[in-house]
Amino acid sequence: MKKFITYLILSIGAIVFVYPFFWMLSASVAPESEISKLVLLPNSPSLNNYSQVIDKIPIFRALCNSLLVSSIITIGVLLFSSMIGYALSYLEFKGKNLLFYIIVFTMTLPFQITLIPQYILVVKFGMVDSYLGLIVPYLISGLGIIIFRQYFKTIPIDMIDAARIDGCGEFRILFTILWPNAVPAIITVAILTFMGSWNEVLWPIIVIRKEELMTMPQLVTLFAVGGRAESQLGVKLAAAAMLALPIVVAYSFFQKYFIQSMASSGMKN
Amino acid sequence: MKKTKLTPYLMILPYVIFFITFISFPVIFSFILMFHKWNIIAPMQFIGLSNFYHLFHDSLFFKSLLNTLIFLIVHIPLQIIIALFFAVMLNQKIRFIGFFRAAYFLPVIVSGVVVTILWQQLYGFESGMLNRFLSAFGIAKVGWLEDSNLAMMSIAIMATWKNVGLYIILFLAGLQTVPNYLYEAADLEGATSWQKFRYITLPMINPTVFMVVILSTIGGFSLFIEPYVMTGGGPLNSTLSAVLYIYKQGFFFYHMGYASTLGFFFAGIILVVIVIQKKFVERDA
Repeated sequence: MKKFITYLILSIGAIVFVYPFFWMLSASVAPESEISKLVLLPNSPSLNNYSQVIDKIPIFRALCNSLLVSSIITIGVLLFSSMIGYALSYLEFKGKNLLFYIIVFTMTLPFQITLIPQYILVVKFGMVDSYLGLIVPYLISGLGIIIFRQYFKTIPIDMIDAARIDGCGEFRILFTILWPNAVPAIITVAILTFMGSWNEVLWPIIVIRKEELMTMPQLVTLFAVGGRAESQLGVKLAAAAMLALPIVVAYSFFQKYFIQSMASSGMKN
Repeated sequence: MKKTKLTPYLMILPYVIFFITFISFPVIFSFILMFHKWNIIAPMQFIGLSNFYHLFHDSLFFKSLLNTLIFLIVHIPLQIIIALFFAVMLNQKIRFIGFFRAAYFLPVIVSGVVVTILWQQLYGFESGMLNRFLSAFGIAKVGWLEDSNLAMMSIAIMATWKNVGLYIILFLAGLQTVPNYLYEAADLEGATSWQKFRYITLPMINPTVFMVVILSTIGGFSLFIEPYVMTGGGPLNSTLSAVLYIYKQGFFFYHMGYASTLGFFFAGIILVVIVIQKKFVERDA
């Protein structure tokens, strides 16, 4: 009996977290008149709302922009974080401890302070309305550096010493010997970075004004807030569903990694 | 051998450049801006302490602080109670645990934009899912986003729904670190379930509680997209959040100096609040 109640409560919980998404999908294929009564499935489903979204806003262009920006940021963060994490773990240089404290301190700095001056910087660099404006400020991640540094500590130093004796340069050691042995750290940093930049909205809203350069969350936001959805619920929900789809598909394949990565980032904060 | 000495500096160079350009310069520049009036286009104009004077007489600044406080008062306890409840439920020998975890975690990975657009419909006054549900039980409709006394609370509930999955996982991990012999010893002493929870479980997961409190506090001061999409800060500025106010001052009115002042003060308040919370949580353990 106690077991039954546990399962009942857990199932109600699952419904509370999943049903709204199901409703969103269902409402996005429903005619406008049915949405206000919709509970499970619409009587006459159609893709009309989706075709309206595609007609009204360059949603596929925005999808490509988001993919491009998030991918470049993720690759950059992986390269730079692993490099700096490597230097902090295996190399000796002046100011090493100072650098580490600066990285940790910087991570605790609230972004409210830097938001305005970073925007001004981007204006002065002429990076407003460009991919660079979206990418450059995100290429370094303190959290990424810390994750790599932690992970490198678990790799035996003998491996590196052996490679050094064989005459391997430090960059080669990092990318050909350590990278294949640091897959969990790479996955964690990649998921956190990609998800973070994929879901970022405030910065794109500030930096990008040209519609053809907008990222997907930005375009959908402005579509929902501005008048172009003509207050049609179905169309807004279709746009939201299209925005949710890529990350939900990725989540369904790599669910375990998503949960692990997010949980470990929480721990480190 | 000169090459090996250079390599470390080469490797950290990207960070140094980044730190100078995107962290230290902005912080210093933001500090200077606090004493100036500037709309980016015209030359900067030194105005001394005017921005501070304005801030202390700005009812919208205090309104946004109050709104954030309301958000935190609803959000933090709700988050801890719900997350802890489901974590305790999951911390048993049950089947489909992977399925339940995945389901609770789904809103965490989805963009805040999606969640906000979705909840705007759920909160709808006439035909929103929540009011239809209440009506079915004969309860009067609630103005979730229309009532200025409720709107911020509604946003806090939505934020809890979005984030709580992460904290369920963190609490579950925390619960699994509590060694079993402590409970066995308590059983021998004849402790009740509540006593075991209060005197064994709670102190052991205190670090996790602290983390939830801090992350939720930072989240509260970082609210932007939720009020931006749902309410635009209204009704009657009741959902004007800290970042939304910085955004409005900076990118709507182009008051760069004043927006920087707001940024500095909000950041300072966040750090002070976190220090107080740390003292409070540690004393409570």
